[in-house]
Amino acid sequence: MCRLALKTASEPFSPYEVLTAMEAMQEGYDGSGLGLLLRGVEFADYSYRGKDPILSGIAHSEEALHRLNAFMEKRGFGLKYDHEFEVDLTNIEAKDRWKYFLRVYKQPTSWAGFSQEKVDQELLLTRLAIRKDGEEHDADLTAFSFWPNVAVIKEVGWPLDVGNALGLNDDRIKARVCMAQGRQNTNYGINLYACHPFFIEGVATMTNGENTAFIPIKEYLTGMHLPGYMGYQSDSEVFAHILHFVLRRLKLPLEAYKHIITPLKTEELDVHPQGEFLKGLRNACRRFIIDGPNCVIGTLPDETCFMVQDHKKLRPGTVGGKPGEWAMASEMCGVDAMIPDRDRSNDFQPMRENSVIISPDRKDMTIWSQFNQFHLTQAA
Amino acid sequence: MVSIQSIPSNPSSLTHVDLQWIINHREDRCTLCGKCTSVCPKESIYLAYRRQRMPKLDIQKNRRGSEYRVFTGVRQRTQPANRCIGCGMCAQVCPNEAIAPAPNANDPRVKLLSNDKGEAWKRGGRRNVRESLLDRIMFNRISMLTDPALDAGRHEFQLNTLLGRVLPPDEYLRRKASGEWIPPVREIFPFVIGSMSFGALSPNMWLGLLQGVAYCNEVLGIPVVMATGEGGCPPWVLRSPYLKYIILQIASGYFGWDEIIRAIPEMQCDPAAIEIKYGQGAKPGDGGLLMWFKVSKLIARLRGVPEGVDLPSPPVHQTLYSIEESVMKMIQSLSMAWGFRVPVYPKISGSTSAKSVLNNLVRNPYASALLIDGVDGGTGAAYNVSMDATGHPIASNLRECYLDLVAQGRQNEIPLFAAGGVGKNGNVTQNGLGLIMLGASGVHIGKYIMQSASGCLGSERNRCNVCNIGICPKGITSQNPKLYRRLDPDKVAERVAETFMAIRTEMRKVLAPLGRSQSLPIGMSDAIGIDDPAAAERLKIKYIC
Repeated sequence: MCRLALKTASEPFSPYEVLTAMEAMQEGYDGSGLGLLLRGVEFADYSYRGKDPILSGIAHSEEALHRLNAFMEKRGFGLKYDHEFEVDLTNIEAKDRWKYFLRVYKQPTSWAGFSQEKVDQELLLTRLAIRKDGEEHDADLTAFSFWPNVAVIKEVGWPLDVGNALGLNDDRIKARVCMAQGRQNTNYGINLYACHPFFIEGVATMTNGENTAFIPIKEYLTGMHLPGYMGYQSDSEVFAHILHFVLRRLKLPLEAYKHIITPLKTEELDVHPQGEFLKGLRNACRRFIIDGPNCVIGTLPDETCFMVQDHKKLRPGTVGGKPGEWAMASEMCGVDAMIPDRDRSNDFQPMRENSVIISPDRKDMTIWSQFNQFHLTQAA
Repeated sequence: MVSIQSIPSNPSSLTHVDLQWIINHREDRCTLCGKCTSVCPKESIYLAYRRQRMPKLDIQKNRRGSEYRVFTGVRQRTQPANRCIGCGMCAQVCPNEAIAPAPNANDPRVKLLSNDKGEAWKRGGRRNVRESLLDRIMFNRISMLTDPALDAGRHEFQLNTLLGRVLPPDEYLRRKASGEWIPPVREIFPFVIGSMSFGALSPNMWLGLLQGVAYCNEVLGIPVVMATGEGGCPPWVLRSPYLKYIILQIASGYFGWDEIIRAIPEMQCDPAAIEIKYGQGAKPGDGGLLMWFKVSKLIARLRGVPEGVDLPSPPVHQTLYSIEESVMKMIQSLSMAWGFRVPVYPKISGSTSAKSVLNNLVRNPYASALLIDGVDGGTGAAYNVSMDATGHPIASNLRECYLDLVAQGRQNEIPLFAAGGVGKNGNVTQNGLGLIMLGASGVHIGKYIMQSASGCLGSERNRCNVCNIGICPKGITSQNPKLYRRLDPDKVAERVAETFMAIRTEMRKVLAPLGRSQSLPIGMSDAIGIDDPAAAERLKIKYIC
């Protein structure tokens, strides 16, 4: 079983804090991998402004690194900062790691006139091109994300060991949002790309449980032939892509995500104030209905964090915290480890109809129910 | 030796061992009540006086001779016209279990002679092949630990499907925002009672089905719909609130459509859908055929034809020239007739050309679904050769079409419905869910519902299968009041309800271990496997052994 932990705070903190929460939930996984996604990144030895894209990944050989350098240079990206991890490779299970890279790049000057949408698309295509290049060279290059303010680390092994091996406890890197997933090896084999959190064009999700509707959803997403809707080494990757589709293609609010992956029943929609619209939406998005059991934790580019359950709620998650600091975890002890000094009576476990949303101001958690009306300018 | 001339034999002579069914009659049990002979729909058996010689030898008197015993026995006729069809009605009425038909283990020669007067063999029923590929599909992606199995008895399951064109999500939002037309979509139970016409079925059968369907919807909450087949719909049903459970079929003979069109202004609700029949799995390329025996006064009125004449529908819609034209003319005209509020979809027979039909429909915004009827489908009347040897099995045909849509990212926009052989050996839920996991949005069941709900005696061993000549011994496919009075519509309705309740329970029992409950697992091909490598490869599912 996967274990999930997310912490979001107004003050940047070390991702190592979240790894200790993973340790608290250690009974729940076999330590086959760790995935870490940071937003609102700060480096101790570089003043990062948050606009330049950060490329996260692993070069598995010197030759791959040279190829990456040449590739980025050719495309006109200027290297502004290259974060050097204090790596102890002896503590890493895998033996084919040459360099973990977190690099801040300056966009090519030729992008100056591009719309934001076009820039986003180009960043995505660049990441995919690096991934493809790695895949064509015996998987010697792995690219997790290429996006402003986002850093991703994925590695095989026990989460705390990986954190130690990468020197994440040295406070040289901090973030306002940190998502961590301790991976249980399930049906799809250990593969770095199969490790959560999954990331595409700014949105990221991680999930526990198994998505029993994986194959039909995967086939539908793949059939769209949209860039980035690929991979699917893990059944959970579709959650990120559905969220991406809802927010970026359909341009619907975050609340609609829940309506799409776990729509209400007909008799419930019959009495819903937006029932007619939602029934149509359910029909049109029927191929995205997940069947759980899953707890999905996600983050958006503006640092909004959220948690939703599948309809059966067989994978509960807990949200707790205090103004300025919130935690989400698949286990209550995970929340305890991240924010011990909170009022536990305010902890919340979302029910089947709930989405818990922590907005970027981090003042409060919003518990939104599918039975509520939501604002929808386009349609309802 | 008896001289050969005295043996009554000619090329078409048959004895009872040449027939497919042999009547076993036990004289020691027979009460001579005569019920069997009077109930036999084919007049295959008759009572006759028989003489039996009893040899008598008196040794003391050194005399020999014979005595004769006269008895009354039941005998089997051997002419093809009166051949026993194995329906077993004689056994059902016999008070003393003295009579029953048994399948002939030899090669029955009667098949070779079933072309009397140059008439090729016609019959009703099915293909008479017991093997079913669908029966071999097993569900084997079992949830146990990483995702727990569900409680089939207590968990809530969403089992319904959609009939109607589903828009791509962005197109739905665009149309909704601009107030444009959104195609009608019905939420229905994925097992649909397939097209059987009012004409093919007796009035009591039809009434029973309709009552059962209404009960499923209004009391049990199972939104079952049934299709009419060609031949219209009784006027009172057209004007009733039950029309919403009915899929009206229009076929190449257009029978009954005067009545339907005239009733539109008086309809209390819209029908569930309109099915345009272009083909039928059991007899592809053949039109419907209602033989004169079944064209009663009522049927003649409904169809607007004289009584007692054969009603053959043409093999194609005579007004059509091409698929493009058919889609444009028929789908759009029929959509328009109900103000674009009713899904309109074509039914075709399984064929290697199904994919091109589908791709044409995908591009037509008014097409609502596609029903593909495989070779194992049933029929009320067809030539034996059509039923046995013409058509395409449903599984690979459906799968190919579904994967074609998958490649375009348009699966379920045109929901695919599959038919033909679902439940042919009684495994209706297994077969239906197998097809759903191969990509069907739902299945149509005809023969199974006749067997399960009304006690149809037909089987894949060519039992009965005489729906074509109006002598249905159970009164299911006859227009003869003496026969159809045997069928109590209330009892049929009860059995319809029981059948669908059981299907619902079985669906849960299959879906619970797969961990699926929130949506029908359409195209969940990772959940199924088959013990035949070639079939697995063709269907792109797992080979299991």
